[in-house]
This record gives sequence, structure tokens and C-alpha cells, in this order.
Amino acid sequence: MEYMILINIDETVQAPEYGEPGFEEFMGPWMAYNQKLIDGGHWVSGASLQPTTTATTVRRTAGTPDAVVDGPYLETKEQFGGYYLISAENLDEAIELAKQMPVLAGSFEIRPVAFRPDAR
Amino acid sequence: MGEVAIVQLAREESGRVIALLAHRFGDLDLADESVQDALLEAVEVWPVRGIPSNPPAWLYTVARNKAIDRLRRAASAKRRLRESAHELVAEPGEEEPDMVVEHSYVGDEQLRLLLLCCHPSLDRNTQVALTLRLVGGLTTTEIAAAFLVPEATLAQRIVRAKRKIRDAGIPLSIPANLDERVDALLDVLYLIFNEGYLSRGAGDSAIRPDLLECAVRLTEQAVELLPNSVEVLGLLAVELFAQARIDTRVDREGDLILLDRQDRTRWDLQLIAEANRVLALALSAMRPGPFQVQAMIAAHHGNARTSADTDWAAIATLYAQLSAMTGSPVVEVNRAVAVAMAEGPGAGLDVLNAARGLDDYYLWHATRGELLLQSFDFGGARESFRRARRLAANPAEQRHLDRRVADVAHAETDSPHESR
Repeated sequence: MEYMILINIDETVQAPEYGEPGFEEFMGPWMAYNQKLIDGGHWVSGASLQPTTTATTVRRTAGTPDAVVDGPYLETKEQFGGYYLISAENLDEAIELAKQMPVLAGSFEIRPVAFRPDAR
Repeated sequence: MGEVAIVQLAREESGRVIALLAHRFGDLDLADESVQDALLEAVEVWPVRGIPSNPPAWLYTVARNKAIDRLRRAASAKRRLRESAHELVAEPGEEEPDMVVEHSYVGDEQLRLLLLCCHPSLDRNTQVALTLRLVGGLTTTEIAAAFLVPEATLAQRIVRAKRKIRDAGIPLSIPANLDERVDALLDVLYLIFNEGYLSRGAGDSAIRPDLLECAVRLTEQAVELLPNSVEVLGLLAVELFAQARIDTRVDREGDLILLDRQDRTRWDLQLIAEANRVLALALSAMRPGPFQVQAMIAAHHGNARTSADTDWAAIATLYAQLSAMTGSPVVEVNRAVAVAMAEGPGAGLDVLNAARGLDDYYLWHATRGELLLQSFDFGGARESFRRARRLAANPAEQRHLDRRVADVAHAETDSPHESR
């Protein structure tokens, strides 16, 4: 099965940028995690997003023109920061993989994929 | 065999058959529905043609055929017959009816089913309902009645759970983190037990012996399936001690009778002996846990021939251990009672007053009322019983607390002490 892991973290906790001290230490575990997903045949896709300050939301209400507004869909304590789309045997395996993510604090929502047009 | 006996058999065997079929077809809902179909057929056929020589095997075979029928119907409806054809043909000689009664074979499937019902991705109420339904063999009607939930709500909860199990890919497998999952299973079993021992709101009676019996049956199964989990044995001992006393726990009106007033001659000595044996077996593993400590406390009560024989100092020590293990302030209330019995109400009140976060817990107030009454603080006792009365959910307990408020008034007029 395929599962989407939606990563919600507090985006005010700053990660070091490329070239800054501590970047290697921060990025190393993520590279290792990605490699583990690839080697295990779990990797489908994944991305991290820029912070919600860059977000724009299109709100559609039936019968009215679309409204384009500044900001994320929801203002929350934790923000949607990235995702993995993985292939796993079952939910238990997906949970195990999600638990290995090198995030100090946050929530990972795991949802089975219903349909993906580009699925092989 | 009458309908009652068939229902009894259903309880004992349906879980195993569902477990086997769910594994075979990889579809829990299909397994459950097919077993229910087979049970309906049993109710019709057995009284006429007699009980089959091997009822579990009969159930398995009939349910399996029902499952194949269902798949066939679904397949032809969706014109997918070709894709799933291999599922639809019962190969000759694969009936092996003995495997249904062969515990060692079925054990794994049954454990998988039990753990599936207690999967952390299902909420606790759903875990309880699923366990009672799929493993305990209770009907939706019975579960709804036991937990005072409308039947439609409960049926909906079970349907939704089965759908999530299927759609989210929750597996029927023995997990790598078995210990964590066993903890969830223990929580679920303990909830069922507690609901039987002290219903949160069931109609007139404070107890539900049928639910307690179901908890014991499920825990016995879990003991068999998880021989290395000592705490499951501990829980079984707790349940057996409780079951031994259950008939003396309420009076004819369904009101609670406190431990010191229970008729100990009516306690079930055979069950107490069994509980002692189970507890000794658990303790021999030398891996203590909260349920084992609770069982040791229950053993002190269960083995005291009279209320006066109770070793309250030992019980207070055990509660201190339990408190350290669980960090639960609720345990402190029980410890306060034991300390008061061993050292007097003042010492008990000290324990109560030191506990934090129990303002909304009726037993904290009720216990405080008892200890204040024993200290001749009638005003304080009355106020505490009233607070407890407002917070209690169970009608039998509410009646009990109403009586205690009245008792305070009597004690006050009879007492030579000044109200402090």
C-alpha cells in the first residue's frame, strides 16, 4: 500500500541553513533517513516546504469567484512542513517508518493513499 | 441444543473461527459477517438435525463456505471473477476441521485478532467494542446495553472500525513491539473488567456479572496466548478475586455493600483458591508490575476470613508500591484508606490532603467524608459526601452517598463529641 506521511512541526524552531554551522549535523540524519527509505523500497516521493509565511491559499466557495488570500489554510501551533509518500506493507510498517523520522518534536499524520494517477 | 446453548458456543468459538477466516481471506469484515451467517444457520439447523460431532469445525466449514459465497456474489456483481478465482475454489482436502480445535495452531491467529482489536490507531472505546464483538462473541445489542450506548451508535462504531482496518491497511500480524501492544490489550481487558465490577452507569445495578465473566474469559485466553506476559496473569488474578466476591458486592436492591460488611461466608472459595494459584504463578516469574501488586492487595482481602483479620499495614505498603509504579493520584486515595485502617483516620487524611489533582474525583471526596466522619468532623464529612454525590456517575453509588449524608446527621445527634 501507499501512505502519505504529513509532517507537522513548529516552524518557528529554526533549522540551520546550508553553510551555517551545525548544518551537517542537522542534514545528516535526514539524508540517512531518505537513503533508508530508498534502500528499503519504500520511497515514492517526498518534499519539505518553505514556511507558512510563503503560503497563499485559494478559497473556493460554490457560486462565488475564487478568493486568493495570504497565509496557510489553518493557523495552528504546528504547521504542515513537508511530506513523504511511501510504499509500505501495512499501517504498522508505515507507523514504524514514520517513527524513525529525525524530527525532535511534531506530529506525523499517516493516511493511506486512495488514488494516485501516476502510480505504476 | 437450545438457542441459549448455541449462543454460549458462539461466544466460545466465534473468535477463533473469525481469527482463522480473517487470516485465510485477509478480510476481517468478511470473516465476521460469514461467522454471523453461520451462527444464524446453527440456530436454525442444530435443533432439528442435532448438534454436529465437532461444532467448531462445523462452524468453520459453514462460515468458510458463506465467505466464499459472499466473495462469489461480490465478484460476479463486479465482473471480477477471473481476478479472484483462486480464492473462490475450496480445494479438496483443505477442510482440516481439527485445526479449529487445535489450540497451538489457532493460537497465533487468535492473538493476531486480539491485538488487531486493540490496535493503537483505533480509539479506546472502539478497541473495547471490537474486542467484545470479535473475540468475546458478544452481540452488538449486548455491548450497547453494557456500555449504555444506543445500539445504532455502537453498530456504526464497529462498522467504521472495520472499514478503517481494511482501508488503512491495519495488519493481522504479531507486531515487533509486542510489549507495547500487550499494554494496550491489558488496558482494554481491564476496562471491560471494571465495567463489570463497577458499572459507570448501567441502570439499576452497580455490577454486571456477565461482563465480568466475559473479561475473565478474554483474559484467560490472553494468558494462554501470551505465556510470557506476566502482567496478564496478574490481571487474571485481580479479576478472579473480584469474581469470587461479586455476589456479595450488592444487596437485593442493587446497592453496593462495602468490603467490611460483605458476607464472607458467601465468597467463592474455589475461585479464591484459583486466584491465589494464578497470583503465585505470576509472582514466581519475579517480574513485578501494577496488576500483580493489585492482585496481591486483592489477595490480602480475599484471604482474610473476617474484616478484622485484614492486614492493613501490608496493604498500605502495597498501595505505596503501586503508587510509585503508576504515579496515579487515584491510587493515593486507596492508600489513604489503608493507612487510616492501620494508623487511624488522621494519618489517612494526611495522605488524602497531600494528593493533588483529584478535585473532580468523587472517591477522593467520599473517602475524605468517611475519614472526617471517623474524626467526628460532622460538618466537613457532610460537605465531602455532598461533593462526592454531585460527582458520582453510578446510581447505586449516588444512593450510597445520599445515605451517608443522612448517616452524618444521625451520628451528629448521637455523638457525645462536639462538632468541630
